[in-house]
Parts: sequence; structure tokens; C-alpha cells
Amino acid sequence: MEIALKLSQNTLIVSLTGELDHHAAGRTRELLERAITEKNIKNLIFDFSKLSFMDSSGIGMVIGRYKLIKSIGGHVALVYSGRQVERLVEMSGLKRLMKVYPDVTEALTDIKEA
Amino acid sequence: MVENKMKLEFLSKSANEGFARAAVAAFASQLDPTLEELADIKTAVSEGVTNAIVHGYGHANGFVTIHCELFADKTIRITIQDEGQGIENVELARQPLYTMSGDSERAGMGFIVMETFMDSMQVDSTPGTGTTVTLTKKIADNTSAN
Repeated sequence: MEIALKLSQNTLIVSLTGELDHHAAGRTRELLERAITEKNIKNLIFDFSKLSFMDSSGIGMVIGRYKLIKSIGGHVALVYSGRQVERLVEMSGLKRLMKVYPDVTEALTDIKEA
Repeated sequence: MVENKMKLEFLSKSANEGFARAAVAAFASQLDPTLEELADIKTAVSEGVTNAIVHGYGHANGFVTIHCELFADKTIRITIQDEGQGIENVELARQPLYTMSGDSERAGMGFIVMETFMDSMQVDSTPGTGTTVTLTKKIADNTSAN
């Protein structure tokens, strides 16, 4: 799985391509922990639109980062498409914690206005 | 009647999760599933294998064994087995959002995902001996769609 990080002021956009499973979630978590500390990140946007597969490890990874960002007063947003990711997001109740968007641009605009 | 079967055994390393999914998906393809049915099977296998690696063995090394059987009525039966620590209370473990791990990164959704994405799930476990999860799914007759 490929991880691309992009910084927009204090919002980090995490774009994942490929399969997000327990193995990939661990790698992503390590990378994000370093980035959030080093780059003084306040908000996170998870871009899952290019994922070909995800299991509940991805949900756990998002929840873990959500707890951290929430503790510093920031916001987390989720961008995704596809039936499989939608089913997992619905089952997890993640929408109660964060907003979901069809694309990164809309998510970024909304987060900056928040 | 079993028309085909396979057995797969691999070390309990997270790097093998993708391999397990791909292998079971390739085997299940013989039943001519839709992309959605295949995605369901891959997700369920991924959850079961992750449980075996994370909860069954923890930081220890062991083997995860997958058996797959294909039946004439287009049912696939998948067992995911480990010889790890086992589960003290299976009913409690099957509660949504319950996780045996103290790690806050675990969503506790593995069992509920397997139950939802497959037609049936059975969990047999003996503390200190290991756990076997048995999943079944009947593939719809998709010949006219494909």
C-alpha cells in the first residue's frame, strides 16, 4: 500500500492507495505519529478514495488518530468511495465522530472554515 | 458434496495477510462470484487471519492454517485456525466492539464483520490450545450476469 502525505497549513492529507489491512494500518500509524509530532498538525483528512480494499484495521487506525487529534482540539475528516469502505464505515459508527466527504477539496474547505 | 478443496499454512506475520486474502479469493473464483461477493470473502478472511495473528499468537510466532472447500451448490466453506492462546469466553468476544487487546488501535469489529459479510460464522476455541473460525458463503448463480 502506498501512503502519500500532503500538508496544507496545519491540515495533513493522508492519501492511501492499495489495500489497507492490519499490516498497512501499522505502517500508516507509525508514519502519522511522526508527522503529527514533527509538523505541528492540527487537522487530518483521510483520503481512502484510491483504496482497493479495507478491513476493520483501517477503522481502528482512524479511530486511534481521531482520539489524538481531538485531544489537541483539531478535526478529522474522511474521504472515500465504494461499497466496501461504505459498509465498514456504517458498521463502525465512524460518521458519528467525523464528517465524510466525496472529495479532498470539499473536506479541506470545510475543515479550514471550522 | 465437496468438489474442490485446498489447505494453506503460513507464519503468523501481518505481511502474510494480503497473501492469504489473495489465495482464498483466487480459489473462490472457481465459483464465479461477483466482485462484491469476492470482496466480502476477502474482507472476512482478512478479519479472521488478523484475529489469529494479533489475538491468537500476539507477539509469538505460530502458524495460521486455512482450509477451503467448494461445494456443488456453490457454497464455500473457509476455516481459519490458529494454535494460539484461545478465547476464554467466545460469546463475550463476539460482542460488537469488544476487543481482547489493550491496544486502542483495535476496533473490535472482526467478528461482526465476518458474521455480516458471510452467510454463517462458527467460533470454536479452547484456552491454551487455539481457535478455529468456520465461515460459509453461498455464491449466487451469476452465470447470466457474467
